[in-house]
Amino acid sequence: MKLLTHNMLTSHVKGVTKGYPLLIKATEVKVNQLDFNPQFVSRMIPKLEWGALVQAAEDLGYRQDLPGELIADYEQNEEFLKKVHRVLLEVEVMEGCLKCPESGREFPITKGIPNMLLNEDDA
Amino acid sequence: MASSCRRPEHMAPPDVFYNEEEAKKYSQNSRMIEIQTQMSERAVELLNLPEGQPSFLLDVGCGSGLSGDYLSEEGHYWVGIDISTAMLDVALDREVEGDLVLGDMGHGMPFRAGTFDGCISISALQWLCNADKKSHSPPKRLFTFFSTLYSSLARGSRAVFQLYPENSEQLELITTQAMKAGFSGGMVVDYPNSSKAKKFFLCLFAGMTGVLPKGLGSETSDRAVSNQVQYSGQRCRFKNMKGKSVKKGRDWILEKKERRRRQGREVRADTKYTGRQRRPHF
Ligand SMILES: C[S@@+](CC[C@H](N)C(=O)[O-])C[C@H]1O[C@@H](n2cnc3c(N)ncnc32)[C@H](O)[C@@H]1O
Repeated sequence: MKLLTHNMLTSHVKGVTKGYPLLIKATEVKVNQLDFNPQFVSRMIPKLEWGALVQAAEDLGYRQDLPGELIADYEQNEEFLKKVHRVLLEVEVMEGCLKCPESGREFPITKGIPNMLLNEDDA
Repeated sequence: MASSCRRPEHMAPPDVFYNEEEAKKYSQNSRMIEIQTQMSERAVELLNLPEGQPSFLLDVGCGSGLSGDYLSEEGHYWVGIDISTAMLDVALDREVEGDLVLGDMGHGMPFRAGTFDGCISISALQWLCNADKKSHSPPKRLFTFFSTLYSSLARGSRAVFQLYPENSEQLELITTQAMKAGFSGGMVVDYPNSSKAKKFFLCLFAGMTGVLPKGLGSETSDRAVSNQVQYSGQRCRFKNMKGKSVKKGRDWILEKKERRRRQGREVRADTKYTGRQRRPHF
């Protein structure tokens, strides 16, 4: 699971109103080199919950010097976009779990795939 | 009953039907690969994405990632969701570029509002019309799916589903639930007069009204629709490739490189070696 996906994932357990952001508990993290696409990264930035991204990167030990607040004019700032590219698309959680902040329900991550299946009672 | 046994949905729930053996076909059966890829190409065409920019897409029932591979080839980023671990394992083996999630579409799409620029789904939606558990109500599951999908799409984007409907009541149920969830749009039928080539694409618009594209090979295509892409005839490039794996021919490679060039991506120059079999090296 890339942090881009994590930034978009919410808990959809029945009755939960704000199942976001999911808390990451990782036991294995991997970095996968990927071609840098500044256009895509710039396009995604406005859609991100910036705080959740920084927190997730911090939890995994990959925050480096990513600022707590989104900077202005990032489209022109290649160095910044590269940092975002790295945490968004290259850092991957391989094993661990995601925890719903509201219900406490845990979603296991195996082989890099979060299991978002619900029990029929929670659906 | 006899005829209905031929529909996979009637044989077992999807997570059981798509076991290792069935999943293997998606990485080995070239006919299957070819059909999945062709339908994905048509679905993306119907998505009508902005040209020359990478989009962030959702692939529902992504399975082994054949459809996703096509999205990657087009320069898009994607997240795939599927209920079958065996199918997702094949996707991992095939080293797809998209990110994968294990989930049941009938439980709803677990994504924030406005996440995706579009959604495709190839041969998966008809599965939702079946009740595999006592607690399953197909209308309810369809509604949960469509309403959460609607919210996870950016306003103005589309969702295109290639599906194999069992009968007209099923089509009716699916479209009704999609409209209730807020979508507009409808069914596009390609080659409606051919029993073999006929294909159903449910095209849904999120938060805007669009003009429904025409199906391919339908006789009524002379009613010009302004500012809509003309789709007819675009498929014929496949007809020269019968019998050959589409993903290996020189033409296919040249075409793919051309598409990438149009997207402004770096592509190696074409030479006489392009698309040739390489000698094995050790
Ligand atoms: C014909 S396969 C599609 C293959 C896929 N497009 C590919 O490229 O490999 C249909 C897929 O839909 C999935 N599916 C069926 N019901 C589902 C559900 N309720 N939720 C999620 N996926 C489902 C199946 O597991 C299967 O992988």
